[in-house]
Parts: sequence; structure tokens; C-alpha cells
Amino acid sequence: MLVATTVLAGLGLISGLGLGWAARFFAVETDPRREALLDLLPGANCGGCGYAGCSDFAGAVVKDKAALDGCPVGGAATAQAVAGVMGQTVELKERRVALVHCQGGSDLAPRRFLYNGMASCASATQLGGGDKLCVQGCLGLGDCQEVCSFGAIEMLASGIARVIPERCTACGNCVAACPKGIIELVPESARIHVLCGNTDKGPQARKACQVACIGCKKCEKAAAGGIAVTDWLARVDYALAPVDETLIDQCPNGSIRIVELGPTRH
Amino acid sequence: MTDEHPAGEQPAAASPKPEPKAEPKAEPLLVMSSSPHVHGDREIPRIMRDVLIALAPGLLVGLWFFGLPALRVLLVAVGGCLLFEWAMLRALHRPGRLHDLSAAVTGVLLAMNLPPASPWWMVLIGAFVAIVIAKQVYGGLGYNPFNPALVARVLLLISFPVQMTTWTLPADPLRLDAATGATPLGILREGLALGRTADELTLTPAWKLLLGLRGGSIGEVSVLALLLGGLFLLWRGHIRWQIPAGFLAAVGIVSGIPWLVDAAHHASPVFHLLSGGLVLGAFFMATDMVTSPVTRRGMLIFGLGCGLLTALIRLWGGYPEGVSFAILLMNAATPLIDRATRPRVFGTGRKLFEEGKAA
Amino acid sequence: MRFQGGVHPNYHKETAGLAVETLPLMARYAVPLAQHLGAPGTPIVAKGQRVAKGEPLATPAGFVSVPVHAPTSGTVKAIKDWPHPLGRNLPAIEIEADGEDRLWEGLAPLGDWRRLEPAALRDALKNAGLVGMGGATFPTHVKLSPPAEKPIDTFILNGAECEPYLTSDHRVMLEQAAAVMEGVGLMARVLGVKRVVVGVEANKPDALAALRAGCPADVAAEFVLLEAKYPQGSEKHMIYALTGRSVPTGGLPMDVGCLVQNVGTAVAAWAAVQAGTPLIERVTTVTGEGIARPANLRVRVGTLLADVIAHCGGLRPQVAKVIFGGPMMGLGQFSLEVPVIKGTSGILCLPAERLSQFLADPCIRCGACVEACPMGLVPSAMGVLAERNRFADLADYRVGDCIECGSCAYVCPSFRPLVQLFRRGKAELKVLQSKRGAA
Repeated sequence: MLVATTVLAGLGLISGLGLGWAARFFAVETDPRREALLDLLPGANCGGCGYAGCSDFAGAVVKDKAALDGCPVGGAATAQAVAGVMGQTVELKERRVALVHCQGGSDLAPRRFLYNGMASCASATQLGGGDKLCVQGCLGLGDCQEVCSFGAIEMLASGIARVIPERCTACGNCVAACPKGIIELVPESARIHVLCGNTDKGPQARKACQVACIGCKKCEKAAAGGIAVTDWLARVDYALAPVDETLIDQCPNGSIRIVELGPTRH
Repeated sequence: MTDEHPAGEQPAAASPKPEPKAEPKAEPLLVMSSSPHVHGDREIPRIMRDVLIALAPGLLVGLWFFGLPALRVLLVAVGGCLLFEWAMLRALHRPGRLHDLSAAVTGVLLAMNLPPASPWWMVLIGAFVAIVIAKQVYGGLGYNPFNPALVARVLLLISFPVQMTTWTLPADPLRLDAATGATPLGILREGLALGRTADELTLTPAWKLLLGLRGGSIGEVSVLALLLGGLFLLWRGHIRWQIPAGFLAAVGIVSGIPWLVDAAHHASPVFHLLSGGLVLGAFFMATDMVTSPVTRRGMLIFGLGCGLLTALIRLWGGYPEGVSFAILLMNAATPLIDRATRPRVFGTGRKLFEEGKAA
Repeated sequence: MRFQGGVHPNYHKETAGLAVETLPLMARYAVPLAQHLGAPGTPIVAKGQRVAKGEPLATPAGFVSVPVHAPTSGTVKAIKDWPHPLGRNLPAIEIEADGEDRLWEGLAPLGDWRRLEPAALRDALKNAGLVGMGGATFPTHVKLSPPAEKPIDTFILNGAECEPYLTSDHRVMLEQAAAVMEGVGLMARVLGVKRVVVGVEANKPDALAALRAGCPADVAAEFVLLEAKYPQGSEKHMIYALTGRSVPTGGLPMDVGCLVQNVGTAVAAWAAVQAGTPLIERVTTVTGEGIARPANLRVRVGTLLADVIAHCGGLRPQVAKVIFGGPMMGLGQFSLEVPVIKGTSGILCLPAERLSQFLADPCIRCGACVEACPMGLVPSAMGVLAERNRFADLADYRVGDCIECGSCAYVCPSFRPLVQLFRRGKAELKVLQSKRGAA
């Protein structure tokens, strides 16, 4: 008994001393600011900054490689705190929110076949573009929802995706995941949006979806540069975002809508 | 190639959306999917059904010999497994179905691995461990690294050693109070520990081991009945010969060497092959698809490893029987075995030009 | 020799006894510009132009490209996007037939191939728009132009037709055996090979006998009966079974000195040289329990699916899928406006009760797919990786070697859509590798 206690105690003492010495001998020089930054960052490791997690971003900031406001999840508050630690100032940019450019649920956009296979938009798209007549429309199989670490995407009953603006952090994962490329990060203050990505000519677009953009250019004529039609599709120029809400009435199909994206958390 | 899925049951793959109210379509929509567009006969319920058929002879012999207590164990085991599976699938919102029979098979295997006089509460705990802990917690069917019935058995053995080593001897099925006794391996172990030689011990003769006139778990006693079932599974192609053959060969060889050297203090390899849960384990437990390797070479290595460990535990380990532990240990090695025994990809390797005779 | 892996599906070769009938002339044809691997052709006709049967409608765009020709005489109604068997809308030339079926005067028959040089033969094949008619549709003149450092010593005729339901090649071998073997001789001459091997599956002994009987005296060929196993008709497996050589991973048959062509291609090649006939028709098996009257049809390229179906009595009400090709590797169709193209070996109409629905059930590691895979891959592991979006790990498992034959999914008891997962995996891997290359 005595022998066992002594041996174990001795082993413990030796290990402890050894570990303590090793911690000193093998210590790595780290910039103390990096630790401070890590505490300030949200810790979601979503990759929205373009780096491999919050720790990687913090390391890049202290090396002056990353922008101080590079974390979209943390938003303005984090950007200012980061700037504070680095002893610099940062110009705050407007918060952005993801938006799905599609309203074509099953009640408005008919299917052209019954799809059987992987419940993934990217997989379904490989079959001739998916089961909707509108080949650019949202398939609603949830690739965007799966990659969103903030629970900011919901599937509507009509079978298309919708971003929940309050929860969106503009990390960009959904934008990359959507095989149709119809999710865009838009400024929070913009209220008028073209909820369509269809580039078919007018009659074809109309057949594909009752609320598709047919490229008639009525909105382009009415707005002073805020909306332009290219490839039979109207697109909002968010740098000069139109604020005149009568634009909605110009659109014969109802493709242009008001979507409130803010004000929110910050 | 008949479609076994009832009309109206939605596949879990892509959930179809409600029909559009727009223009009424003259023709119904065609189905589109990736190739292939046809399928063979293999499906999970059919495999599980065959496994149950294969288990039936051994199970029925066990019920006959051990009577109503054994029937009670079986009912609690199967009922418990089905209940826990249903509850877990609902609680975890998993899209599984009870009618794929995998929980029922686990229940039957669990019952066959327990002593006939097991109290009902212990069996229920076993069902819980097998389904909830060893299977559903890991992700459900296909994700468990260890054989669920064996995990339950080992956990019960360690937690309730007395109940798990109280063996009844086979008797007339309607006698509710059967005599208790030791299993053949138990007799061997105790006898050798007491310094007796193998000849002095009256070890159960081979014919009794084959028919099942000995103490043991409900399903392990009748080697003949189990072999019938095992051959059925081999014939149907649900198991491959590599695992049982490797298992039995390794046990035979590893137990044979000490016996050849010193027959006085060791039982013969024939005794070892026919006693304990070896045949049950080799044909029904080690061959569990989810927890064993996918390639033939891997299966052989797996079987040999199981046999080696079983023999080592029996001869020199702390327990008289080692099949359960051996299989669980080899389950842990399965991912490694899979990696090491990946087949050669067509068009790789050195011998690409094999000028041989045409077919 | 026998190759490892493969499956034995129910063959359903009930149409093997149906002699080839010719589909009557139709009112409309739509000839896609892209009917082959490689660049689509460039149109050389204009809207409103009158064209004759066999007249070129588009010229090849580059070396790996072939022209397309008018299937009958008529007027070019439009050059526009049209539903294509690949599932998307692609440019096609719509022709309104005038019913006369006038032959183009510009056809240039060259006569007996024995008197022609390989270069001239190759040009004739290119101008005729020849592509591999087993389904891969690789331009024939390109395939028959291996680089000098890859000498070919063995020419293989692929008469396997391993896909269930399809019997078009079988009928061609029975009814046009002499033409097939003339085509073989022609292609052997182009390549300058001495050794010719004809491989036919064991479920078609009459076809092999017919080819043997119809073989011209100066074409020296070996006739071999192969094990009837899917996918025997895969190029790599034909080569292995007939010569014992394995095409190296990432390589081509020419890397082991072999070249494989389909029986339909052989017939078309001979007709192109002998009579100057361009590739404007092919034999297609219309089959499956979803069509009223199955048949083997000689169909003009560009015939609309709806017209073929009408000729065969129409679709039965219980039809659920219409597939171009065979059931193992064919392309599902959803529009009846798609045209028959050069590679359409079959039109399979499957009823609901023959369908198998893919499920998202988990892999139970039964190992059936590993045994079935003819390429020695581990589909179970690859399927799980692709399902979890772990595409980078797929490279280690060599998903690029997958020939998408479908044997794994055919045997999977969990009904997993393995081929779909691997197609996705390959596409994602390509993106990852190009990103890595660019980085």
C-alpha cells in the first residue's frame, strides 16, 4: 500500500515537473493580440471571412493580411472591437443579408417530371437542370439550408427556400451552395427586389412560372437607373437601389416585390 | 424486380411537392432519375427474413430444451427491441421503418445469447442497451461499429455476472423448474483450474454437443441446428464462407497446438469447435454485415482474428468463453481491415498485359 | 477470360425475334447539332432553305467533331433550341419533310474499301458523320486516328449488347452480317491491323454464327463467344475478356494496343464508303412493358420520340419512365419532343411496377456492391463520402475510374442512388482539382 502510494505520487510529481518544463521549453511565440481577438470573434467557424475558422482569421488580422471588418457574422460591433485591439479605426460598411431570387413555389411554377433521387439541389440539377419547368428556379431540396450554420434558411410550404433576415449573418455559404446561383448578398436597407432569376424569353418565362420576369423592361423605363434588364431578366443595381415603391405596380407579373431585410440585431 | 414499396409511400429521397394548380396537364408526368432504372432482388426486409429463417432451427431447439422460461426471454427480447426501436425512431425523427425487421433480428439474436433462466428485467435492459445504446445512438441502422446483441450480452455479463452464468440443463419443455448446471466450457475451465486432467473430467461427448444436450445460452446449444441455418444463409448468399471458415479454422488450430503438445491438460479442438457459442458466433454474430468488413479478403482476416482471440481467451483468458469479446474486438478493427484490404482497381498494378486465352 | 464483378440482370430480350422494320417517313424532324462527344457542328443552312436527304446541315467544328445531315428532303423550318436527350434544350435544325425523300446529288460513293487508302477512308467516315453507335458517340474518324506512339495490333468488334431489353445490335448482326464484316474489314484496313476479334455474348450464338458465315474471305477474324454478364460490352472489359490486357487507369484502349467498335458503327462505316451514305438512320429497339407494340425499328436520326411511340401503338397508361438507351445506363426522358439521335440504341418504356425507387436508406455495408463493381472500387464507402459532401476524400477511392455502369446500385439492398452520388462526386472533384491547379 505504502509502496503503491509512493510510486504513484512520485510518478505524478515527475510528470508534473516534466510537463511544466516542456511548456516552457516548447513554448510558441504568439502574438498576444491574437488571443484577445479570438475572444471577441463569434466563434461560429463558418468560413464567411474566407479563412479556415475564427482562429485562422484572428491570425490573419494580426499579420495585417485580413481586413478588420472581415467577419460578416460579428458585424459592426465586432469590427469596431477588432479595430480597437489592433489600435486602428475601421469604416463601417452596411450589413448585408442573403436573398433568394425566386418566388416560384409549386403553386406558381409547374414541374416537368417527377424527380426520384438524392434530396439535394446540386444532384437534382444534374438531371437536365432539375424538375421545374423554370430551369433557373429554386428546387427547394435544401442545399442552402444544410450549409447555413445559423438556421437562417427555411423551406416554405410551397417548396422553395426563404432566408430569415434576422438570423442571417451574410457568411456566404448559401450563395456558394446554390447550384442555380440565385442567392445574393444584398444591402440590408434595400427594400425593392426582383425575385426571379429566369433568363428565358417572355412567353417561355411565363409558361415556366406565373410570377417570372419576362424582361418587358417596364421597370427599367420607370426607374432612373436602379433596375436594368439584361438577358430577359431585370436586375436591381444595389449601388443605386431604387426607393420608389410604385415600381412594384409597373411589373405586370409581380416579379418585383418589397422584402424587409432590416433593421435587425445590430 | 417487383416494386415492393406500396403505392403512395413516399421515398425518403426526394419529397415531391404538391401539384400546381395551374394548367391541367393532359399527360401524367414521367419519372426521372439517374441510372440504373432497374433493380435486383436484394432488399433489407428480404435479407432480414432469411436471417430469421436461418435462426429458426437453433432457436426452436433451444425453446424445446429450455421450455417456457426461454420463451419468455425471447418474447421480452424481441418485444423490447421493437419497442425501443420504435421509440427511438420517433424521438430522433429518423425515417426508419420497423418493418425492415432489423430490430426483430437483434431481439432474436439477443435472446439466443442469453441463459434460459434470465429474469425479464435483465432481458429488457439488454434490449435497451442493444437498440438504444449500441445502435440508435451511433446513428441507427448501418452506423453502429459494434454488434448490438453482443454489446448487450457483454454488458449484462459484466453487470449481472450471477444471472448471466446460471445455466439450466436441457429438459422436458413443460417442466418449469429445470436443473441448473455448468456449460461444457465451464466444466472444463473449473476442472483444469482445480488441477484435474482432461481425461478425469467427464467432458460432454461430441454427439451431445452436436444435438444440444448441454447447458448454455438459448440459441447456442444445438450445433447441428445452427449449422443448418448457417448453410442456408451461405446458399442464399447473405454471408460468405470466409468469416465462419476463418473463425472455425483459427479456433481449431490455436486450440489444437496445445492439445497436441499436452493432451492431458487441454481439451481437443473438436470439443472446442462444438462447445460454447462458437458456431452461433461464427455463422450469425461475426457475419453481421454492418460490423464486419466488406471485402472477401477482409472477411477472412476478420474471421481468423475472431478465432484467434476466442481461442486465446478460452485457453488463457479470464473467462471460460471468449466468442463475444473476440467478435467485439474484431468489430473495432473492421475499419482498419477495410482500409487495408481494398480491392485492386481495374487498370492498376504492374501486370496489365496478361496475354491469356480468350473465353 | 472472365472479368471480376458485374451482375446478371433479368435480360428481357423478348424483342430479339422481331425483325427490323423501317419507320415510315414523318412530317417533322429535329436534327440536333450535338449528337456526339466533342464540339457540336456549325450550321451551314439557313431558315427556309430546301435540303435533300443526306445533305450536310452542319460542318464539324474542329477535329473532334462531325457533321450532321438531313434525314429526308424538305425545308429548314428553323434553327433553334430544341429538347435534347441530355435533358437540356440545345440547338437543332428543324426540318419540315416534303414527302419526296429525294436523295442529295452531292453524295460521293467511293466503292470498294479495299482499293482505298486509309486517309481517304478516314475522310469518308468523317464526312459521313460517323460516331460510335454503341451509345458513347465518339467521332469514329478520331478514334481511328491513334497517334503514332500508340500502335494498334488488335481490332475488336463489340457485339456484346449486354444491356437488358436491347436487341438492336442482335438484329443487325443477324440481318446485315455481311455488311458488318465488310465494315470490320474497312476499319481494320484504316488501322492497318492484322488481328481482328469479334466478341458476342453467349446469349446470342445465332448472331455469332451469322457473322462467321457472312464474313468475306479476305477478312481474317476470330469469333469468340463471351460470358453473358453485364457490363461485358464495356470497352475495357471487352478488351480484358478477349485479350487479357487491362486498360490502365486514366488511359484509353490504344494504350494497350486495342481498338473497339460497335456493330452498328461497322455497318454505317461500310455504307458511308461503299454508297456514300451519311449517318442518317440507325436501328433502335423500342421495348418495355410500357409500350403497346415493341419493335426493332430502323429510325431516321431526328425523328421525334412522339412519332416513334405513336407508330408503336402508343404508351400504355401504366408507363412511368421513358429511357433512351438501356435500363442500366440509359438517360431518362421527360419530353416526348426529343429526337432520336445517332447514339440512341433503345427506347425503353418502363411501367410503374418495374420501377425501383431510390431511397435515402443508410448503407448496411453488406458488400454486394464491392462484389458487383467491375472496376474494383468500393461503392459503399464512396457513396457514404459523397452523401456527406466529403468530395476530396473520393479521390483516394478513385471515383474517377467509375464507368457509371450501375451494377452497384442494381444490387444495393438499401436502394441508394449510388451512380447519382458518384456523378456528383466526380463533378465536385473536378472543381476542387481545378481550384487546386489554379492556386
